[in-house]
Formats: sequence, C-alpha cells, structure tokens
Amino acid sequence: MKISRRAALVMPAAALLSAGLAPLAVRAQSNGPLRIEITEGVIEPVPFALPDFIAENGPAQEYAAPIGRVVVSNLVNTGLFREIPREAHLTRVTSFDAPAALSDWRAVNAQALIVGAASLSGSRLSVKFRLFDVFSGQQMGEGLQFAGDTANWRRMAHKVSDAVYSRITGEGGYFDSRVVFVSESGPRDNRVKRLAIMDQDGANLQHLTDGRALVFAPRFSPDGGRVLYTSYETGFPRVYLMDLATRSARNLGDQPGTMTFAPRFAPNGQTVIYSLSRGGTTDLYSQNLSSGQITQLTNAPSIATAPSYAPDGSRIVFESDRSGTQQLYIMPAGGGEARRVSAGQGRYGTPVWSPRGDLIAFTKSHQGRFHIGVMRTDGSQERLLTASYLDEGPTWAPNGRVIMFTREVPGGNPALYSVDISGRNLRRVPTEAAASDPAWSPLMP
Amino acid sequence: MPRFFSALILTAVVGLAACTNADRFGPGSGDDDFGYGPGGIHAAALGDPNDPRSPAYFQQSVGDRVFFTTDSSSLNTAAQRTLDAQARWLNDNRDRRIVIEGHADERGTREYNVALGARRANAVQEYLHSQGVALNRMRTVSYGKERPVEACPEQRCWDLNRRAVTVITAAAGA
Repeated sequence: MKISRRAALVMPAAALLSAGLAPLAVRAQSNGPLRIEITEGVIEPVPFALPDFIAENGPAQEYAAPIGRVVVSNLVNTGLFREIPREAHLTRVTSFDAPAALSDWRAVNAQALIVGAASLSGSRLSVKFRLFDVFSGQQMGEGLQFAGDTANWRRMAHKVSDAVYSRITGEGGYFDSRVVFVSESGPRDNRVKRLAIMDQDGANLQHLTDGRALVFAPRFSPDGGRVLYTSYETGFPRVYLMDLATRSARNLGDQPGTMTFAPRFAPNGQTVIYSLSRGGTTDLYSQNLSSGQITQLTNAPSIATAPSYAPDGSRIVFESDRSGTQQLYIMPAGGGEARRVSAGQGRYGTPVWSPRGDLIAFTKSHQGRFHIGVMRTDGSQERLLTASYLDEGPTWAPNGRVIMFTREVPGGNPALYSVDISGRNLRRVPTEAAASDPAWSPLMP
Repeated sequence: MPRFFSALILTAVVGLAACTNADRFGPGSGDDDFGYGPGGIHAAALGDPNDPRSPAYFQQSVGDRVFFTTDSSSLNTAAQRTLDAQARWLNDNRDRRIVIEGHADERGTREYNVALGARRANAVQEYLHSQGVALNRMRTVSYGKERPVEACPEQRCWDLNRRAVTVITAAAGA
C-alpha cells in the first residue's frame, strides 16, 4: 500500500532561503529556476526565530506577544517549520525598524527571522512584520502592516502567517480561513448534530444551528459568506442555504416525496448542485439561486451523488454506482456524457476538485479500510494519503496543499484531521467535542 | 417587577416552544411530513401491544423491520415474509399511514449511504404497494448511517443497522 509516494513540495527559487538548507535535496534544473524538492523522508523543517512581537505602546502589550505565538503555532503546524525556542535566542529585538543583528540569529541556526510589532489606538490594532533570510542577510519582501479591530487580532496573526508562509514556500497561504463542520454530542444511536464554524486552527468556535434538527455535510459559498447543508428540519433530508452574517436559513425547495442532499456551490456562487432522491433513484440537479430554475443533470436508474465543480465551472466530478460499485465520473457542467475516472480497485466516493484544478481528492474504501487520496483529473497518479477504520469526506485548504477530513476510530467519536497532500503531517484538528464533515472556506478577504 | 416580567416572558416562550413541538412531533400534522420530526423522532401513541390494531403490536408481533446485505437493496425471503405480514396488517388497518425509514451501516460514505437508504426504503415501499398498500399511505425517508440502532464496530452490529423500518405514524386523515 502506498500511503505516500514522492511528496513533492516545490519551493521556487525566488522564495529560497538560500544557504542552510543543506538537509534538503537541492537540485538545479538545466533550463529552469533553482528549485528545492522536498521528498518523503528527507524533509527537515526550516528553523525560524520569532522573538516576541514588540508592543509599541502600553495597551498593545495585551496583543503583541499572543499574535507572535499564533504565527509560531501556524507555521509549526504545517510541519515545514521548526521554531528556535526563545530561551536559545542571543538577542532581544527592541526596535522594529532597527536592523536585525543577523549574526546573532545565524549563531542559533535560525534560517528565517520574523520580527513584528503591534500598536493599539482605541480598539484599532495595527500589526506589522518583517521577514529576514538570516544566512543571506536579506529581507524577504517588504515589511507589511495589517490593521483592524482588536476583535480580529487572531485574523491579523493569520494574515502575517500567510504572508510568511507564502514568501518562504512560494505557495498561497491558508491560515486566514475558517472551517464549517458538524459538532456532535450524545450517544451514537441518537446523536445530536449541530452546524458549527471555527477558524482553521480551532479558535473562535460558534454554533450555527441548535441541534434540534439532524444536519450534515455543510459547504461554503465561493465568497465564504453562505453555507449550504442538509437538514432534517421537516423530518426529511433537504438542502438549506444559510447566510452567515444573519444566520437565517432557507429551504432550497420542497418537492413532496423527494429528498435532497449533498449540495455544493458552483464557482460562480449563483448555481447550486445537489442530489435528489425519488423512487429509489438518486440523480444530480442544479438550481439557479436567483431564478429558482432547476435542471436535471443526470438520468440513470442508479445513484449519482457528492458532486463537485472544477474551479473554472466547466465540469463536475461526482460519484455513481452505475457500474455496480461506487466510482468517480466527470461530466460537463450542463450534464451529458460522463467519463469514469477512478480506475483502481475498491470503492471511490466524495470527490472534491482541488482549488488549483489539477487534482481530485476522494474517499476510497478497499478491503475493509478507508483512505483519503488524491488523483489527477484523468484518474492517473492515484496516491493514498491516509488509512484507517473510517476516513472520509476530504476538503481542500484554499491553497490546495492541505486536506481536512473526518476520521472515526472503531466504536469511537469522529474527529477532524488534516494531512498534507504529500501524505505527511497528519494532525488532529482541535475541536471541543466530536466533529465531522469539515468544509474549508476560501481565504478570507 | 423585572423578575415578574421575565417570569412572564419565560412562560410565554416555553408555551410557544411547546406549541411548536406539538405541531412538529404530533401525529397527523400535515400531508407532507406524516408527523415526522426534525431529529428523526416521531411521536405517536403506541397503544396496547396486546391489541392487534396497535402500533405496538405491529412493531412487536408483525415485525417492523427488514435487513439487507452490504450495499444491497434486495429483499430476501425473510424480508419478503416480514413485508407480507406488514401488508396484511396495513390492509386490515386502512386508517393507518406509514413512513418507511431506510438505513445503512457505518461502513460507507455519508452521502452515498443516504442514497442507499433511499433505495432500501423504496424497495420496501414498492413491495408493500405490490401487496395492495396504497402509495398515498406511504412515505419514504433515508437516514443513511445517521441513526444506527447498534453502535458496535463489528459485523453483527452492521448487519442490524442495514435495515428498513416501517413506522406507523398516524391515522390516515387525522
């Protein structure tokens, strides 16, 4: 079983931390930029130092250090970075604008140095940072400043983290994002399920529904402001759309004798696709949210469900058992002939197109085990990233580098986990209660 | 004075909630929902299990559920015998309506299991219809793997969770 083959984290030369990356495989390409390829087994997290952010005035003291710690936590949790503990620091940074004494950071083997400062005026918090490549002695990119209400102090820490991560890896960030999921309580045969939302690191948890109605599988709108989900509010599964700002939810349609579920937004934010079951058959339908017009996209005496659009909106990947077992198919967004893409042994479900468009994440069950995996959109290069009693329901981080999913241990409670698409860095995502069905938001504006 | 008001408001809120619940969970609350509640909970009088016309008798003596093999909605001989008895009871008690719940075990993905449960519930509905039960007395709902009756992570529990349950919800026309 291939849990993970070549993990290819590619860092463009522009973001290269120059010297000191000796543990990593460095390879010059004959006709391209210098690249660092980090492969399974040789990954050595990049050591960085983040001295406490400076409080530029008294009231900012409450925020300066905690913001720094959130940045450290974000970076360390990627598995790509390692913090040089503060006890080992030789120098204190006392002024944001004074040139950093990089020799002191070189001496403790920090390859990256992040200095930051916060100031507070009323309830308005300003946070700024600079990033240095310690060994080359260069600042990486310009210093950046973020400002906002103190209530958003963690978001500002996430913005700093995203900028640092992005400059060093050449990848987009994903820290300033949220996760909507199902928070679970009560016994297994009478589980109470509530929609909940939190920051990607588990902070700022809020419940969106009261648990009276069974709910599952929430999905964000492309702008992150609305959530689709399935609720048994009427006693029967139906697709609902909730506006996150007002918390008001509406049923997207109520045809007696049918059940609707597995909704997802099209990239345009105007169209919704879902499964509708009638007479034992489950087909895919799209619905225009403004006109209400409904279009049937599949018509087969079988099950078609778990649809997901390509990022350009042109195609839809979904699962169907039309061949006899659950397999993955791709069809044009308007319906029409579907081409099977899953080719390996076992059952494939819950396909999700990556935000970059190049990969499809899926759940696979084979020989009594469940896996989260990725494949190219033509079904080739399948790689299984996880294996357990029950892993299911992948969702992509906004940068397409990390996948979050539900893991359930035998007889136990479900929990949220994340894993890098290289298969490395499997982590439990902290939630206060049992949790399932995560959906990752886009990066917040 | 403030305390008096808050007590009054609390009473009003509780009263309102109670009304809502009575509507939602009570039998015969509408043509569409068949008295079904949002948590997958329905409330209906069970009656005396010794009374052959009672829902309790249907559950215990007729048999309210049939079982399926993995990923299948086929009705085996045992299931057909149970459904024959259900059909006889339903044909003798034509004032009763039913909701057929389809369920799956936990060894599948959530959405697929909802679709699979729908297929199982539909198989039961079609069988009962073939035995003379009118379609307008029946509704189907799928819970997928959301409402297992057995929690153990073993085959014997999965076998009992792959089921369709016929629930007597209301007297027709109530």
